[in-house]
Amino acid sequence: MTTAASTTRELLPHEAYVPGAHWRNAQDEAEAAKLGMWLFLGTEVLLFAGFFCAYAAFRLWYPDNWHDASRYYLNWKIGFANTVVLLLSSFTIVLAIRGAQTNRKWMTLWTLVITQACAAFFLIVKLGWEYAPKIAKGELPGANFSYDHAQGPYDHIFLSVYWISTATHGFHVFVGMVVIAWAMWKTLKDHYGPRHYTSLENIGLYWHLVDVIWIFLFPLLYLV
Amino acid sequence: MSGGHHDVSYLGVRGGHWYSWKNVWSWVYTIDHKKIGVMYLAAVLAAFALGGFAALAVRMELFEPARTVVNAAGESVTTGQWLTWATGEERGKQITPNNAYNRMFTLHGTVMVFLFIIPSIPAALGNIFLPIMLGAKDVAFPRLNLLSWYTYVFGSLFAIWSVIRGGVETGWTFYTPYSTTTDWGSTTSMILGAFILGFSSIFTGINFVATVHKLRVPGMGWFDMPLFVWAIYATAIIQVLATPVLGITLLMLVFERTFHIGIFDPALGGDPVLYQHFFWFYSHPAVYIMILPGMGIISELISVHCRKRIFGYRAIAFSSIAIAAISFLVWAHHLFTAQTPALNAVFSALTFLVAIPTAIKVFNWVATMYKASIAINTPMLYAMAFLFCFTIGGLTGPPLATIAVDIHLHDTYFVVAHFHYVMMGGTVLAFIGGLHHWWPKMFGKMYNERWGMVGCVLVFIGFNITFFTQFFLGTQGMPRRYATYVDEFTTLHQISTVGSWVLALGMITHLLVFLQSLVAGAPAPKNPWGGLTFEWEADSPPVEHNFPHEPVIVHGPYDYDEVVPPHCDERDYPLPAPLPAGSRGH
Repeated sequence: MTTAASTTRELLPHEAYVPGAHWRNAQDEAEAAKLGMWLFLGTEVLLFAGFFCAYAAFRLWYPDNWHDASRYYLNWKIGFANTVVLLLSSFTIVLAIRGAQTNRKWMTLWTLVITQACAAFFLIVKLGWEYAPKIAKGELPGANFSYDHAQGPYDHIFLSVYWISTATHGFHVFVGMVVIAWAMWKTLKDHYGPRHYTSLENIGLYWHLVDVIWIFLFPLLYLV
Repeated sequence: MSGGHHDVSYLGVRGGHWYSWKNVWSWVYTIDHKKIGVMYLAAVLAAFALGGFAALAVRMELFEPARTVVNAAGESVTTGQWLTWATGEERGKQITPNNAYNRMFTLHGTVMVFLFIIPSIPAALGNIFLPIMLGAKDVAFPRLNLLSWYTYVFGSLFAIWSVIRGGVETGWTFYTPYSTTTDWGSTTSMILGAFILGFSSIFTGINFVATVHKLRVPGMGWFDMPLFVWAIYATAIIQVLATPVLGITLLMLVFERTFHIGIFDPALGGDPVLYQHFFWFYSHPAVYIMILPGMGIISELISVHCRKRIFGYRAIAFSSIAIAAISFLVWAHHLFTAQTPALNAVFSALTFLVAIPTAIKVFNWVATMYKASIAINTPMLYAMAFLFCFTIGGLTGPPLATIAVDIHLHDTYFVVAHFHYVMMGGTVLAFIGGLHHWWPKMFGKMYNERWGMVGCVLVFIGFNITFFTQFFLGTQGMPRRYATYVDEFTTLHQISTVGSWVLALGMITHLLVFLQSLVAGAPAPKNPWGGLTFEWEADSPPVEHNFPHEPVIVHGPYDYDEVVPPHCDERDYPLPAPLPAGSRGH
């Protein structure tokens, strides 16, 4: 405080941050933003809960077919690679928040770049090594299923659950990339610092959720 | 005080007339919760009118068992010809009059549920009064609030576009397999519309929960909050927890229709009943999204217009939370004819539980009115109409929760009458009552009390004629959603239809009263009813950030026996004589 007051330089955006006019102080504002984010994450969990319920129902009805389909159509190595990069990206986004807390702009920026690269890797693997071959072979959901070597009568239902849940998750990864790009821009423009990094923290929370959902999808679809 | 923007009412225009572009932009870009609330109010009232016209058309069609007329092409048409012109011919497809009827009741159901009732009280009245009642300047996330309104409008346009393109005939529940196999109409875009509207609901819910947690004025504890705030809070929690499940259900339905993924299609190994479970897991809690805010309004109306401390504050507050909690455990009572008896028994028992917190509320309201000095005006008339109708609606719930009785009444007009007594006799009456109660505060103009009461009486009579007859129709076996019926039901159906006209007349009366008030109403005082909550300390209409200074909490929201209401004359609101030492008041 005293050092900032003694210098004549202009304050950076994060140093000059003032909360919205309807807030009593910046702490209330940040806490409310985090509460709002947790509520939103709750809605996301419930959204994916729909897929998990559908998964549970069909797995109970067609256990053997489900098991065979999981073994036959999905390659756990690809899923595992994607799990590793997502876990890594969860770690790097925490480092980015740490960078903001300790006022190290370049640490924040570079860890966000690594996070972004992990997210891109995930999507490229998903699209190039899973979706594209599956579309080519006709391993499609429901009535569009046209694969010649079906393992059982309900393969298409397994693939339906696989496609809708992973596609929705993939969409969330994409949205994550967009907001992380926005956070990179904000970092570059000095909007994050020890006094103010609310949106970066919220993006971090969102990214962890995307990660956690994959942590559940991976074993349920690929390993079980 | 003079000068500074605090003196300007939120409706006021600085540097321009009300019709100027500057004023238009000040609404388009506004993040003021009151302006957004007013925009929501206008939108939901428009939706209410649209849904109401559809309801009148449905009743019109049911005036006679079956009509036989000859159309322009010389063919004999039995029924639904009243509606065919309204829904349009499908290009290249033969639309039968029965399809037209289906489209009309679907229009009524979807518009009333998704466009009107769910956003009505929370997003319109709640948006305006929740922050003011907490002594806050705005909701926690003002921009999210505006986004919620635009999302609502966008979703509504989807829904209305579906109707213009030819309509949807699945009913508002979109049950599979009909919703996945019907290949005409615009089912997909209607479902997408409901999906988008869900986001708007979630945004509002998140906003309100954060506002209640973080923006109460210093010194206001949880039990110092007005009961309307408690009700909106409980509603917001259900909105956040239940709406995503509807979202994913509708999304799967869209995938089912577009990609034929087969999870609801028995031909592909799926199960249509799975859809019913998914759907009602949201839509049953959604019933409480609709009624809880209405209950909150009634708590305010009764205590303000009876000038009495509300009886059992904590019991009412906790029963809101209890209803919210139980609402998640009863969804499968909609599936009594579609699942195993063992499950039915469980859900039947759980359903009876809902009656407990609901009855607690009704008893507390009646106890508040006991020995009170009741002011007879439009809001209080509506509160009493609510008590009457909602009690009937509530008490016809247990017969439906009883499995043996439900097998007989399932999908009959008894169910239609039951939920209209709760949704319309409960929520809509509370909404209109609240609209009158807060009208002077929202727009700074008084309405015509006499004509307001005339409207209320018309609505009350019309409503009861319309729907009480349907209980008899249902017990006699008239199934819902049919355009034709056997001749024995003619008299009852005709009484019901005439009732719908009286109801419409009452609504038109209210519309005229409100328009007259906006144009030529007398200026409203700050506290016309002698209320004690924060909104009655603010100006009518409030200034831009609600209060010139942050209000100070010096009394509870219902301390009518201890304080004279702000801006009121002591002689009009005499305090009771102090109780003898050692005795306990209520």
